[in-house]
Amino acid sequence: MQASSHIPHDVSYLDYKGKHKGLLAWILSTDHKRIALLYMFSMMTLFLVGVLLGLAMKLELIAPGKTIMGAQDYNAVFTVHGVIMIFMIVVPGLPAVFGNFLLPIMIGAKDVAFPKLNLFSWYVYIAGAILVIISVLFGDGSPDTGWTFYAPYSFKTGTNMLPAIFGAFVLGFSSILTGLNFIVTIHRLRAPGMSWTKMPLFPWTIYGTAWIQLLATPVVGITLVLVSLERIFGIGVFDPALGGDPILYQHLFWIYSHPAVYIMILPAMGAISEVIPTFSQKHIFGYKAIVASTLAIAFVGYFVWGHHMFTSGMSGTAQYTFSILTFLVAIPSAIKVFNWISTMYKGSISLETPFYWAASFIFVFMIGGLSGLVLGALATDVYVHDTAFVVAHFHFIVFGGVGFAFFAAIHYWFPKMFGRMYDTTWANVGWIVFFIGFLALYSPMFYLGLQGMPRRYYDYLEQFHAANILSTLGSWVMTFGLAIVLINLFRSAKSGPIAGANPWNGKTLEWTVPSPPPVENFEEIPVYGEKDGPYEY
Amino acid sequence: MSQVIHHDEHYDAEGSKIGMWLFIFTELLLFGGLFIIYSVYRFSNQDAFHLAAEELNRTVGTINTIILLVSSMTIAMSTSALQKKQKKTTLALLGVTLLLGLVFLVNKYFEWGTKFEHGIFPGSQYMLDHLSQGEILFFGLYFVMTGLHALHIIVGMVVIGFAYAGVRSGRVNADRAALLENSGLYWHLVDLIWIFLFPLFYLIH
Ligand code: HEM
Ligand SMILES: [Cu+2]
Repeated sequence: MQASSHIPHDVSYLDYKGKHKGLLAWILSTDHKRIALLYMFSMMTLFLVGVLLGLAMKLELIAPGKTIMGAQDYNAVFTVHGVIMIFMIVVPGLPAVFGNFLLPIMIGAKDVAFPKLNLFSWYVYIAGAILVIISVLFGDGSPDTGWTFYAPYSFKTGTNMLPAIFGAFVLGFSSILTGLNFIVTIHRLRAPGMSWTKMPLFPWTIYGTAWIQLLATPVVGITLVLVSLERIFGIGVFDPALGGDPILYQHLFWIYSHPAVYIMILPAMGAISEVIPTFSQKHIFGYKAIVASTLAIAFVGYFVWGHHMFTSGMSGTAQYTFSILTFLVAIPSAIKVFNWISTMYKGSISLETPFYWAASFIFVFMIGGLSGLVLGALATDVYVHDTAFVVAHFHFIVFGGVGFAFFAAIHYWFPKMFGRMYDTTWANVGWIVFFIGFLALYSPMFYLGLQGMPRRYYDYLEQFHAANILSTLGSWVMTFGLAIVLINLFRSAKSGPIAGANPWNGKTLEWTVPSPPPVENFEEIPVYGEKDGPYEY
Repeated sequence: MSQVIHHDEHYDAEGSKIGMWLFIFTELLLFGGLFIIYSVYRFSNQDAFHLAAEELNRTVGTINTIILLVSSMTIAMSTSALQKKQKKTTLALLGVTLLLGLVFLVNKYFEWGTKFEHGIFPGSQYMLDHLSQGEILFFGLYFVMTGLHALHIIVGMVVIGFAYAGVRSGRVNADRAALLENSGLYWHLVDLIWIFLFPLFYLIH
């Protein structure tokens, strides 16, 4: 606790030598940029575990019958895969990494509002991750309920559920603290003159996301506490034997988890809204429409959770209400797609790696979104619910959407974060291999689902064999592409050519500071004048 | 030759108050989930909830309500005392608040204890044999909600403890009162939740 300090302005956050040395200089640092990298490396590790589990499932499904694992192992693998990917990767992903790194810089601040709380959130995140790992390594078998922890199975099964459920609760707490921190940061620390309508779009989406994190997560928090208590004490609320109602669990779970998918996708949309104008060298088309649709998504997203439960038992009125609302929420997403395309129209497009990722994002996101409408319509959902179609849908959205946006973002901001440029040829090769693999992996699942192949089974009928082989091959190609991308980035972070402060001619504030940024970001807090704006090309 | 800039530790009382309010929102939503469950089950088990509520001791409930209300008052007074730079009074009022919190917990302890003696606790065989499903649900919710609330009382007392230490050492003072004000806000929240729990469990019949 020093009241004031002297921090040199010509030392980058990477080289800065503070009170602590070595690893401690990172895990005790309250610098938002270092915390962002802490998140990035922890997530990268967990992500690779998740990917390996995904590959294992695909290998199991390469042929009917038991290939490498039986039913129980498969159940455990898809559960842990889902828990890791959802609660540890895509929900916190973009806000914790890019939000942390760039939000303060993009709004012209030296740090977030509560730097210590920010570091604390990372520790909470790690604690949650460790709890989940404990549930896998110890006790009587890994969790096998699916990442949704549906009652009554989650309190009846003999496997080690409690640490996993508690881990998800703790991860949610971390997410709440991050959201809270960002809201206050945006309200209090914007540079003088940066009015709400001059704030860049990525901070805007972080803002919308932060509100969802704050308002939706507590509901799943209490729900997870209740299933745990049900398991330990038998309080009755979800146990039909004691008068409780398991469907109520589903409601409470999805009241959070549907808005949570917007926690995942909004910042992804924000990142895309930064990449597209920079590589089109053109003002973003319809800035206000993008902001309004962001807030609309955040708002309407609260009222559609029932579309996950059309087949669980609901009144007709509830069904079509949720269905109509689901169709409504698709509109703001479509508006954004039009905005991105119109931004490119007559722009001077430069075909760089981030742009490829962003363009393919739009493509897969549209397929994911349109298939969501198939699921949101009552008649068709009854038919494809709980089939491979659903798996294809959410992978196109969460992996195609959030994943591609993440890679667009990392290739866009990499020179800023590390002060070096990556090898663009390898980056592009990695992208195309990944993209092809992705399509081969998940597109067949649409077909399989329509043909009636259920999800969450380790086995299937012979008639589904061909498409499953294609899908498994796709998983290998995609992982190969992923390896190229990651190796290229790792090598370049160490030894790539030095990048300037503004390699892409971006107009937002992060491009006005040196790469990598100094500890305090700005020598002098920037001031936005009348004519200034984030996208004035 | 490094160029040096001077920076003061960032202190933003307004910001930390906004942060606290946001956190309070999340707490309200946490209990909001429970209130939804309560209303769903109350609606479907009206008679059983009625019957079960008779079992609770209204006198203890009322006493505890009064205790919390008074403690909310004392902590609010401590904030004003700090503004007037009356350190001793501030500390005394905080001490009283902590004491009231403790009394609340002691009462709760005995209240729960009596229930346990009568075989009323989650998972008890007695409840399965003698009570209807609606009554089991009522008591399940009673223990969860008052238990979670008691946990918040404990957290609140810890936070007030920090504020107390801060005021004593002078780190929390009239110009830097955010910690005390935020503990006050939190304590009011805990109080407010009880104001809802009390009628829901003890009064409505
Ligand atoms: C190499 C990468 C990946 C592969 C091969 C893969 C494959 C799979 C497979 C085969 C399933 C189970 C299908 C079934 O229900 O039988 C699955 C489920 C799932 N995946 Fe992935 N996936 C990958 C990446 C991701 C990513 C990045 C995310 C998060 C954005 C994700 C989220 C999920 C979720 C939430 C489930 C559902 C789990 C459940 O049903 O409980 N996956 N994945
Ligand atoms: Cu949904």
